[in-house]
Amino acid sequence: MTADSTALYDIPGPRTRKRHMLYGVLSTVLIAGLVAWVLYLLFDTDQFTSAKWSPFEYKGIQELLLRGLGNTLKAFAYAAVLSLALGGVLAIGRLSVHRPVRWVATLLVEFFRAMPVLVMIFFIFVALKVQPLPALVTGLTLYNGSVLAEIFRTGIGNVERGQREAAYALGMRKTQVMTYVLVPQAVRAMLPTIISQLVVTLKDTSLGYLITYEEFLHAGKLIASNLDYDLPFIPVVMVISPIYIGMCMLLSWFANWTARRQKRNPKTEAVDVGPAEPGTLLPGVQ
Amino acid sequence: MKVLTDNFALYGKGFLGTVELTVYASVLALVLGFLMASFRVAPVGSFRVFGTVWVAVLRNTPLTLLFFAVLLGLPRFGLVLPFEVFAVLALGCYTSAFICEALRSGINTVPKGQGEAARSLGMTFSQTLGTVVLPQAFRSVIPPIGSTIIALAKNSAIAGAFSVTELLGTYKSLNELGYSIIWTFVWIAVGYLIITLTISALFHVLEKRWGVAR
Repeated sequence: MTADSTALYDIPGPRTRKRHMLYGVLSTVLIAGLVAWVLYLLFDTDQFTSAKWSPFEYKGIQELLLRGLGNTLKAFAYAAVLSLALGGVLAIGRLSVHRPVRWVATLLVEFFRAMPVLVMIFFIFVALKVQPLPALVTGLTLYNGSVLAEIFRTGIGNVERGQREAAYALGMRKTQVMTYVLVPQAVRAMLPTIISQLVVTLKDTSLGYLITYEEFLHAGKLIASNLDYDLPFIPVVMVISPIYIGMCMLLSWFANWTARRQKRNPKTEAVDVGPAEPGTLLPGVQ
Repeated sequence: MKVLTDNFALYGKGFLGTVELTVYASVLALVLGFLMASFRVAPVGSFRVFGTVWVAVLRNTPLTLLFFAVLLGLPRFGLVLPFEVFAVLALGCYTSAFICEALRSGINTVPKGQGEAARSLGMTFSQTLGTVVLPQAFRSVIPPIGSTIIALAKNSAIAGAFSVTELLGTYKSLNELGYSIIWTFVWIAVGYLIITLTISALFHVLEKRWGVAR
């Protein structure tokens, strides 16, 4: 573990080390026991019978799963690009010098961050009678766009004041200051936070399952409810979740990697960005 | 307005369902998150590994997938509980990973000297953590925990789509009764705003009372 947490306990002596060893062995045995119990349950309820796993051998079913995965990635790609664009627009609105523009942008951002994404998606899908894919993408875009707007705004606000002042002192105009000085520095520093927010977007594409968008989980559900294969629900979960979790972990890892890389990058020295907030209305914390 | 006054009982039931889900799930999430945070800083290696794996997996699991697996999967093992309990389990476990991360970064904001001083007084790990570090960390994690709980309240809408009684689910019955679908959603939105604003006001009070500026 890192050095910062060792402040919580002394470097263990021989007796403590023995005791810790005992705890470690005991807890490992306990966890191994739990895993064994789950495995026993899996075998006991006949989850590993060939009837339940055979569907994955069929080409049609593999294609169904792949199509589902493709649809998930498609929704993610649309939502990511559109929410980045919307986030940019809303952030510009919130930083505008014109008061009405600022008010409208603030209102939109605060409203969409306070609403559950699913309520927006259902509203668009049910009340406005939109197709599942556009409904999902719009809902995700509105929510993630406003969260990203907030990230952009704080990022630009966190660029050291001297940078802005120096740019103005050089005679640059307000748009030039923004595009040549503030945004390039802020975007570099915000990259990890933006990618973390994209992980949220990727995770939320699974909400499409609830509005019958034919994405990955939906494909899994189709296979799982097939009586011919003895309702292979658990096998489907065992196939789907590693892929889903793996994709999200990969993206999270990428966010961490950029964050680590940036710590030693002089180009982001002038900016200090905190983690993304999952939509707050805390008046005291801004 | 007519949609609300005609169906006040239905809305009330959904509203209370969401509040109940939120309260139970946040209690579970806080307890589990606290436990996992202490695991992650514990001196015993296997505890640390367990805490790390728990957080890494749950943070990267789509909540819909978790609901899917818990609500439809666990009954296959002969574990049959009411859907509400499953929903609380799924929401609580999912949110505990985020609470754990908030607590852990809170622990990191406590100056090192505090832990060192506690150790030099001869305190054990649990004493250092429980009586010195965590009470101070608690003060700086009020805002992030507040936003995590707000996110939990918003995420509870997913439970409605898995036929648990809660606010979003009311739209189905109202739709069948033929009410204006747009107004139905307006009142659902108002309901969620009331819940999230209440939580944020609550945490604002806590922050005023106990928060510290570091």
